[in-house]
Amino acid sequence: MSTAASLHQSRKRKNGVMMTLCVIAAGIGLAWLALILGALLYKGLAGVSLSVFTEMTPPPGDAGGLLNAIYGSIVMTIIGIIVGTPIGVLAGTYMAEYGRFSKLTTVVRFINDILLSAPSIIIGLFVYELMVRPMGHFSAIAGAVALAILVIPVVVRTTEDMLNLVPNALREAGTAIGAPRWVVIRSVAYRAALSGIVTGILLAIARISGETAPLLFTALNNQFWSSNLNAPMASLPVTIFQFALSPYEEWQQLAWTGALIITLTVLALSIFARSLTGRREDK
Amino acid sequence: MSAVQEALPAVRSSRDATVRRFALTDSIFHGMTRAAAILVLVLLGGVAISLVAGSWQALSTFGFSFLTSESWNPVTEKFGALAPIYGTIITSAIAILIAVPLGIGIAIFLTELCPRPLRRPIGMAVELLAGIPSIIYGIWGLFVLAPFLQTTVQPFIISVFHGVPGLNGLFAGPPYGIGLLTSAMILAIMILPFITSITKDVFDTVPSVLKESAYGIGCTTWEVTRRVVIPYTRIGIMGGVMLALGRALGETMAVTFVIGNAHRISTSLFAPATTISATIANEFTEAVGDLYTSSLVALGLILFVITFLILAIARYMLMRIDARTGA
Repeated sequence: MSTAASLHQSRKRKNGVMMTLCVIAAGIGLAWLALILGALLYKGLAGVSLSVFTEMTPPPGDAGGLLNAIYGSIVMTIIGIIVGTPIGVLAGTYMAEYGRFSKLTTVVRFINDILLSAPSIIIGLFVYELMVRPMGHFSAIAGAVALAILVIPVVVRTTEDMLNLVPNALREAGTAIGAPRWVVIRSVAYRAALSGIVTGILLAIARISGETAPLLFTALNNQFWSSNLNAPMASLPVTIFQFALSPYEEWQQLAWTGALIITLTVLALSIFARSLTGRREDK
Repeated sequence: MSAVQEALPAVRSSRDATVRRFALTDSIFHGMTRAAAILVLVLLGGVAISLVAGSWQALSTFGFSFLTSESWNPVTEKFGALAPIYGTIITSAIAILIAVPLGIGIAIFLTELCPRPLRRPIGMAVELLAGIPSIIYGIWGLFVLAPFLQTTVQPFIISVFHGVPGLNGLFAGPPYGIGLLTSAMILAIMILPFITSITKDVFDTVPSVLKESAYGIGCTTWEVTRRVVIPYTRIGIMGGVMLALGRALGETMAVTFVIGNAHRISTSLFAPATTISATIANEFTEAVGDLYTSSLVALGLILFVITFLILAIARYMLMRIDARTGA
């Protein structure tokens, strides 16, 4: 009897200990992440002013802004999305519609999942070998291609998942009134899965807008304003990298401010993307 | 009647034309989607081929010694990958050691202990944090974590373990702030949201009836977690951990800030070191000479092979748990 009671006690004690550890783990994890965001806000906000958005990146020891870097990031992100999205959507369409049960789809899904988490610096090396070396110089277009390659797996994944959620009865209804398959896909499946596909594109934008490694030796960096796609172009992440590791205080401050801008952009995009799918689930 | 009969062939032929046009456009669209799907395969193949081609010069010059040599000397053009490989594996291993228990703990907290109204917000916060670019973690590590470790934690640990044989080698040397341990900590905090959200997702796949039966015979929460939830989701957790490991191995920016970029193998966790990705990021644009560049691409090839294997195993494991839940 007493052994049973003591066993009960020891089990309860063990449970208490382990559950306390879990709460502590959650506390440590959340506090740690809060610490990072707090530091980012504190240091980043100190440098926010209008000149950040209106002036070029300064020479060492001078005041200035991040205008050319912000512009470069936006341009390369847009090109990356324009190039990567159609390929991703089409590949996802094949996997969910035409080739749903084909062997190719299984292989592509596996390879795509690996591309999805492959180190982005490897993609940078690939584009360097593919474009920068043959062209003989760094260029914004090479950076944009590197970003496009990062966009593709994200969009493929979400497109396939979202199309798979569309009920087959909808497709059958379309086919029954004589619509060919591609009309069914375009007018029924895409329409039903639209918000999901858009979510995937937004998540892809969020992913590439903070990517640094693939741009380091494709788009390189540029101290000055440049809208020439065939020349090196500044981008926010690469500028942050360069400025943060410099010994100049003005540069370091700009790096923090740039980091804050990127983080807020990425968070806003992800929250917006999630609210899109969230609303659909409520319906 | 006769008018209808006369019109019939015309109707039929225009219908045939429409059907043919539909079939044509459909096969074009089919071909386009198929080509895009194949392009995904081509991409990965292209990555592999271009890395092998780019690293050929270094690999044929140094042969197998590229993997076993520690020297990295751009002046004499002697390159060996051992130090970056060592740094990559050590930082990732420590990061996994820190992040996995924390991540699983947080997942248990979220699925079993957390008050219901808080679950969704905390779970969502964790997922959002998984999307924060790695450069943010890097800049925080450089300006906040490294100085803190340098002035507070490291001198203390060094003095504590100074006289302990075995451990004094592990925690030796001047406190630089940057180095192996700092990089591992940054990696850990980076992959933490990742591990947490995957673990939470696989925990949610456990059928309630299994947990309820365990609770029904009087199990404590810990016993249910330890004997029912974790065994049921073991493969999924392993898959998530491998996925996180793949990320940690290939992570560039967060590490490049705080690793110190020193090409040597040191037993001390406080010593500056380097990883494969940090070496490439730091030196690629400044590399002069074909052999130097080729050696850096060869580092990339090694990283590609390692992460490919790890990610393939991870995906295989996660696919198995998907198949079992019949998703």
